[in-house]
Amino acid sequence: MNYGRILAAIAVMALVTYLPRMLPMVLFRRRITQPFLKSFLYYVPYAVLAAMTFPEVLYSTASLLSALVGLAVALLLAYRGRGLLTVSLSACGTVFLCERLLALVIS
Amino acid sequence: MNRSFWRGAKDGLPICLGYVSVSFVFGMMCVEGGLPAWAAALISMTNLTSAGQFAGLSLILSGGTLLEIGMTTFVINLRYMLMSLSLSQKVDERMSTLSRALLSFGNTDEVFAVCMQQRGAVTTPYLSGLIACVYVGWALGTILGATVTSVLPEMVRSALGIAIYGMFLAIIIPPARKLKPVLYTVLLSMALSSLFYYAPLLSGVSRGWVIIVCAVAVSALMAWKFPVSTESAQQEETP
Repeated sequence: MNYGRILAAIAVMALVTYLPRMLPMVLFRRRITQPFLKSFLYYVPYAVLAAMTFPEVLYSTASLLSALVGLAVALLLAYRGRGLLTVSLSACGTVFLCERLLALVIS
Repeated sequence: MNRSFWRGAKDGLPICLGYVSVSFVFGMMCVEGGLPAWAAALISMTNLTSAGQFAGLSLILSGGTLLEIGMTTFVINLRYMLMSLSLSQKVDERMSTLSRALLSFGNTDEVFAVCMQQRGAVTTPYLSGLIACVYVGWALGTILGATVTSVLPEMVRSALGIAIYGMFLAIIIPPARKLKPVLYTVLLSMALSSLFYYAPLLSGVSRGWVIIVCAVAVSALMAWKFPVSTESAQQEETP
C-alpha cells in the first residue's frame, strides 16, 4: 500500500467535502429558488448510493448465494426502517452463518 | 457564551452516539481493506461525512485514480451545497466570515437537521458545541473500529464485506418506501449501474465514472419529471 497515494487521496476527499460545505455558507446569503437545481441536488444522494450498491453487493462476499441471502435480510430490515448499524451488522451476521452452513454441507 | 456552547454539545449527544456506531463500521472497513488504522482516523478527522468516506474508501481500495476519487466524493457531497445554503440563512447574522468558514466544516446531515429544528437564529457558540460533540464521536468510533478489527479472525472479516452495502440500503430504502420519486431514482440508478457492469462494451468504463454518470443522468431526469419543494427536500434528507 502506497502511503503517498493514500495521503493524496485523503487530501482530495477532504477538499471536495469541505468546499461544498464552506462556499455557500460564506458566499451566498440568499436562498436557491431555481427549482431544477434544487430538485437535482435532492435526488443525487439516492442515485449515488443506489448505483454504488447494485450490482456490487452481489460480489461483496465469498459466494453469490451468501451475498443474496445477506442482501435479502438487509432489504427486509431496511424496509422496516431499522437503523444503519442494525441493518449492516444483521447482513454481516447472516452472511457469516450462511457461509458456515455452506462449509458444513460441502465438507 | 459558555452556556450556549454546552447546550449545543448536549443537543449533539444523540448524534454523537449514533456516529460512534457508524464510524466504528467505517474504521473496521478501512482496516479490513488493508489501510493502516492512522489512515482511517485521518480520513474521519478531515472529512466528517459518511457516504463520501465510504465511497472514497472503496475507490482507494479498488485502485481508483485521484480524479475518480475526487469527482465521486464531490458528486456525493453536492447535497451539502444545498444544506450549507439553508444553514447560511439560519445562523446568526452577526456570525463572522471566519466562523462561517470554520463551522461549515461540521455541517453534516444530522448537524443540519438539528440546526433547522432550532427556534430562532443559530449562534456561533451553540454551533461550536454541537459540532465539537459530534466530531469527537465520529473520530473516536473510527479509531475503535480500526483497532478492534486487527484482532478479528478471517471468517468474520469476509462477512464484513457486505456491511457497507447494508448501510447504503438502510439509508435509501426507507425514503424510497415513502416517496415514489425516490423509489424511481433508486431503481433507475441500480438498473443503469447494472447495465454498465454487465453490457459488453460499457463494462470497460471504470466504476468511479459509472457512479457519476448514474448520479447526474438519473438526478437530472428526476428533477425534470418530479421537481421537489425546498421544505420536502430538507425533511427527507439522507443521514
